[in-house]
Amino acid sequence: MIELSALTKRYGKFTAVDRLDLTVPAGELFGFLGPNGAGKTTTMRMIAGILRPTEGTVRIAGADLVRDPQRAKRSLGFIPDRPFIYEKLTGMEFLRFAAGLYGAQGKAVDHRAAEFLALFDLEPWRDELVESYSHGMRQKLIIASAFVHEPAVIVVDEPMVGLDPKSSRILKELFRRYTDDGHTVMMSTHTLEVAEGMCDRIGIMQRGLLVACGTMSELRADNDADDLEDIFLKLTGEKITRDVGEVLHA
Amino acid sequence: MREPARAAGVLHLLGPKWRVARARAASAGETHTARALVLSVLGTGFFLAAFGISRRILMYFMGAEDIGAILAGKVLAMMLLAFSSILLLSNVIGALSSGFLARDLDQIAAAPVSRPALYGSRLIETGVHANWMVMLLLLPLLAAYGAVYQGGVGFVGFSLAVFVPFFVIPTALGSLLTLLLANVFPARRTRDILSVVTVLAIAALLVMFRMARPEQLVKPEGFENFMDFVAAIDTPSSPWLPSEWASDAMMGYLRGGPIMTAMMRLWGSAIGLVLAGLAAHHLLWARGFSAAQEGAGKRTSTAVRPVIDRLFGWLPPHRRELVLKEMKVFARDTTQWSQLILLFVLLVVYVANVRYLPLTGEGMTVLLRQLVPFLNLAVAGFVLASIAGRFVFPSVSLEGRALWLLRSSPLAMRDLLWAKFWVGAVPLFLLAIVLVVATNLLLDVSAFVHVVSTAAIACLVFPLTALALSFGAFYPQYDSENAAQIPTSFGGLLFMLSAIVLIAAVAYGTGRPAARWVVADHFGWEFDSWRLMLPFALVVTSCVAFTVVPLRMARRKLEGLERG
Repeated sequence: MIELSALTKRYGKFTAVDRLDLTVPAGELFGFLGPNGAGKTTTMRMIAGILRPTEGTVRIAGADLVRDPQRAKRSLGFIPDRPFIYEKLTGMEFLRFAAGLYGAQGKAVDHRAAEFLALFDLEPWRDELVESYSHGMRQKLIIASAFVHEPAVIVVDEPMVGLDPKSSRILKELFRRYTDDGHTVMMSTHTLEVAEGMCDRIGIMQRGLLVACGTMSELRADNDADDLEDIFLKLTGEKITRDVGEVLHA
Repeated sequence: MREPARAAGVLHLLGPKWRVARARAASAGETHTARALVLSVLGTGFFLAAFGISRRILMYFMGAEDIGAILAGKVLAMMLLAFSSILLLSNVIGALSSGFLARDLDQIAAAPVSRPALYGSRLIETGVHANWMVMLLLLPLLAAYGAVYQGGVGFVGFSLAVFVPFFVIPTALGSLLTLLLANVFPARRTRDILSVVTVLAIAALLVMFRMARPEQLVKPEGFENFMDFVAAIDTPSSPWLPSEWASDAMMGYLRGGPIMTAMMRLWGSAIGLVLAGLAAHHLLWARGFSAAQEGAGKRTSTAVRPVIDRLFGWLPPHRRELVLKEMKVFARDTTQWSQLILLFVLLVVYVANVRYLPLTGEGMTVLLRQLVPFLNLAVAGFVLASIAGRFVFPSVSLEGRALWLLRSSPLAMRDLLWAKFWVGAVPLFLLAIVLVVATNLLLDVSAFVHVVSTAAIACLVFPLTALALSFGAFYPQYDSENAAQIPTSFGGLLFMLSAIVLIAAVAYGTGRPAARWVVADHFGWEFDSWRLMLPFALVVTSCVAFTVVPLRMARRKLEGLERG
């Protein structure tokens, strides 16, 4: 599970994340929404141990990320929004390397890596250098690398970007089955349909603050709206301020 | 009714590059005054040193009445020929990057940009990127010619009139060749091939220079007769090479000779090549650019995996995977491993130079021969520092875009540095031993000097590796796409300066007491062993400290890093 307590990140005078309290229990798929610059990616990167919190704590599967980073990160798989990886490794080598970072090795890793490559139709590319992979293929390889060491928690930033419809379907199924097995997934996304259709609970961030958090039915009841898009725009105060037609003909 | 949009021109396309360069310079000026100062001092120092040496050589040539001017012209032609070949190759690679692989090309290709504007802007961009370093290198040389032959103010203008077409020719020709290559091979493959060709060409130039034995040019008494000497200075040249035209024009102007033919050849070729390039660009660029988008898949062999697994099987999995990753990435990156060819040639040239040292001539005593290895130690240390600067210094920067993976994993930064340190230190150690043992054997030194100099170079390898790694962590270039450019940064310069200080300290700390011991032994004087052991212990302690402290600092730096 993920426990965030008074989690804060400041860049000089700018507060990107402001005293965020949140618990995502085992077995839950949590969706994280918010407009651009709301602080979602900063939060995800703090949970992944890439950014250090200015204040507050992050606990992954019971381990404090700042005090005991090795133990906390051992339970974590992180999928970033930009698929940058070593261009000169092959897909299979990259998966072995990623598993090795978590201390996993041997035939079990090779078997699991091969299974994930096959799942995402990357098997024919397993011995090709990553430099020849497309954006979507890299994204699928990174997703596979997050699962290959069997973490308890997956943190994923914009997972659907660059994926074809089949891969998106596989990923949704993967997350669902994974949480059914008692693992935790925290996912940030701009695709409201994905969040609405997949997530057990949804949190909405605005200017570094968590302005709403609950199941879809709780959010509907609290905000007197049926559609997640309406709820989102209402909570974030995001209004279309200009007449689109006028702008088009300006 | 809207006015029809005007297509973007050359200046519009170059606008973002110019603004980025200006913003970078402004921010560097605001935040890094000390850095700018250090670079200015070093740049001025280099200019003055290069100017001084060139001027002295030219003055020496002027002393030889009959052949002085011929020699000066030949040297200029030789330098320009060497520069031209480097310029042509760097322009081919530059044109490939700017014309076919640059990230902004997608947007430009999708916009209604005219072909002449695209060609012009990329030609200028390639020319500036590929030529600026040679332009800077040429400045002190030309200044020396101007000063020695009293060219006056007009010489500056005339030099511009000569060197504008001189630089345009390789840029236009390089762009044209790239255009043809990109239509034949996938762009990434072309760049790989060209990287190797460039390194081989530079290596060949070095060997050619060494075989020409330029030291003989200043020792004509070493030749049996005057004709042999003239034959020796007959360096490769041709009336069809732009380097020859530029040299003829410059010497013609300085000595009051004819210049028109050379100038017409220079300008005619430059304009002709630009126009030919424009026509070819119009016909072939779109096809080449489309081909460049198709990735060149490279299947790798998996047969060696079990062998490598066994070789490194004793390491814990995370360290083993890191070491394997470092080795694979290096071996598969053409821009990295191809530098080894150049390195090998440099080492051969270095050992050959030691072989040609006049150690048996007049005035050379047994004692002096025993001291040369300690000067050699300093030079070998410098060679090792250069290699560490080239291969170890960029290694943290090269993690760049993959840092998210390392930072989000339970990998301790200590382990990352451990892997990078040993992957750098072990080959350097082997190289250092081979280098010093080979040169010691050529110098025929005593067993004592042999052991001390070998131990000293072995000790130096570890702090040099640690310093390179640490400076690389403190001055990273995470966004750099070219590993070869990373060591040319400010951090790389600081590393080299620190390395030189350390090498000098170790060479002095071992060389001085060892020399005293050799003198005492030769004359049968008393010599307390503590006078030998104490400085040696100090050197070893310093080497350990300069290994451990920088690595710890680098670890702390990486642990506090917020990037990925």
